[in-house]
Amino acid sequence: MRRRPSWPRKLSDVIVKVLAALSALFGLVFLAWILYVVLRHGASALSWKFLTTLPSPPGVGGGGLANAIIGTAAMTLLACVMGVPVGLMAGVYLAEFGRGNRFATLVRFLVNVMMGIPSIIVGLFVYTIMVRPVGHFSGWAGAVSLALLIMPVVARTTEDMLTLVPNSLRESALALGVPHWRSTVQIMFRAAKAGLLTGVLLAVARVSGETAPLLFTALDSPYWPHSLNGPTGNLTVTIFNYAMSPYPNWQQAAWGASFLITAGVLALTIVSRALAREKK
Amino acid sequence: MMRRRSHTRAQALAETTFHGTALTCAVLVLVSMTAIFVELVRNSRLSLAKFGWGFLTSAAWNPVTSDFGAASSIFGTLVSTAIALLIAVPLSLAIALFLVEMAHPRIARPVGSAIELLAAIPSIIYGMWGLFVLAPYMADHVQPLLQKFFGKLPLFAGPPMGIGMLSAGLVLALMVLPFITAVVRDIFALVPSVMKEAGYGMGATTWEVTRKVTLRHGMRGVLGGVFLGLGRAIGETMAVTFVIGNDHRIAASLFASGNTISSTLANEFTEASQPLYLSALVELGLILFVITFLIQIAAQLWLKHISHRLGTDK
Repeated sequence: MRRRPSWPRKLSDVIVKVLAALSALFGLVFLAWILYVVLRHGASALSWKFLTTLPSPPGVGGGGLANAIIGTAAMTLLACVMGVPVGLMAGVYLAEFGRGNRFATLVRFLVNVMMGIPSIIVGLFVYTIMVRPVGHFSGWAGAVSLALLIMPVVARTTEDMLTLVPNSLRESALALGVPHWRSTVQIMFRAAKAGLLTGVLLAVARVSGETAPLLFTALDSPYWPHSLNGPTGNLTVTIFNYAMSPYPNWQQAAWGASFLITAGVLALTIVSRALAREKK
Repeated sequence: MMRRRSHTRAQALAETTFHGTALTCAVLVLVSMTAIFVELVRNSRLSLAKFGWGFLTSAAWNPVTSDFGAASSIFGTLVSTAIALLIAVPLSLAIALFLVEMAHPRIARPVGSAIELLAAIPSIIYGMWGLFVLAPYMADHVQPLLQKFFGKLPLFAGPPMGIGMLSAGLVLALMVLPFITAVVRDIFALVPSVMKEAGYGMGATTWEVTRKVTLRHGMRGVLGGVFLGLGRAIGETMAVTFVIGNDHRIAASLFASGNTISSTLANEFTEASQPLYLSALVELGLILFVITFLIQIAAQLWLKHISHRLGTDK
């Protein structure tokens, strides 16, 4: 019996290994490329004035995006206030009250589906219920559409994190006569604290870089946001409008805004990751 | 004694309130999903009534004569998603292979985290990069090269402008890459090490074990990851809007500009003044909603089916 030569096998093995390593490198190169571009263009646009003044008209240099920074922060915060409690309690329902019940199975399924619905569809929906009836765009509508995006993410992580808490903890609390709601709030939440916080931070990170849901709801505005009851300036829609404009100073400002958004989102993501790792 | 009874009553009230609030919030998820569907249908009824099923196949898009059809948007959505998956799926498989089977943990961990970071970059940043950096690069270097070698194919015909279907697909590929990689990586790591070790014990190389043991064992899971990537790519808005060129036409060339459902919405929605125009745009949104809904359902069912088979279900 003749032995099959082993070099073709070894060669194909080496080729595949090289290709796999190159693929990983490919991903890293693009990440570095994008971050480098944002850093280079963005850093040169940043200044104290950029952070504290209103936008300037095209062709006139020196304006800032203070209104958009405030608008984005206000809408994200409001979205958290609305979306996080609802998501949290929906997650509590799924983990604590809805084990093996058919309604909970349906809701669990819908939460997963809802996380995959494109954000532009959520914007479209909020437009039809909050903008069209009143006849004008508003920051409130923007906050609601962001809240709708936060809700399923928080619900999902809450359920996952509460399910991870050992059942014996739950049972020992109940055995001591602690009511179910107190055991959930004082024992389960405490045990799952880091995980819950990670979920919320990740949801906020995801939402604060969103543009599509704000296009039809908050729109944009070059003025100070006195109330959220009208078009509200925000960083991401500003990037879209400025980048598509032919004016160099606006494009420059778009890069500055890109830098702020990227830095904010990446910082949130990295903090939440570190938190999740620390727990393990 | 009295005090004690009122105490328990308060406790019972608190318990009911807590349970009720949780239930209400769960119902809210159901309500919002239903409301999205109902509102989209309600607001597209003008267009539904006027164009009927023909909306799906008509390539017309003329706000002046009020003639609308979804064909070019659907075509662009499908083509850009297909390009994205053709690039991202093999890359994700290779990256997962590198992370799970080849790299030392000290390298695999930071590289894995970096790939995950690609998912954290907001869509609009991909758009900025795509429009101002990638598109000029494609126009100057990549597209002329493709034309030099495959110029006779209609796929690569036309002037190399940088923006267009190919660039949109490439940006989308980068955006879904981390999602598919994460799923594939988990699937690869789930393959029992005894099975792999049995392969290595027979003298098989890493590639042989991957191909004949790991991939065969995890194939269904990989498909689930592809579904997730598909769902992401198909509804992606801002990045695509920046680089696809936004043109209502169906062209054979990948260099030509086109549009997708979401890019059409992003571009034209705030300009739509007549009720029928607006209604047609909402109907586009409805189509996208139904498509992603179906993909999500398929993906969920499929992943559930797999995790049962692999015995990892909770």
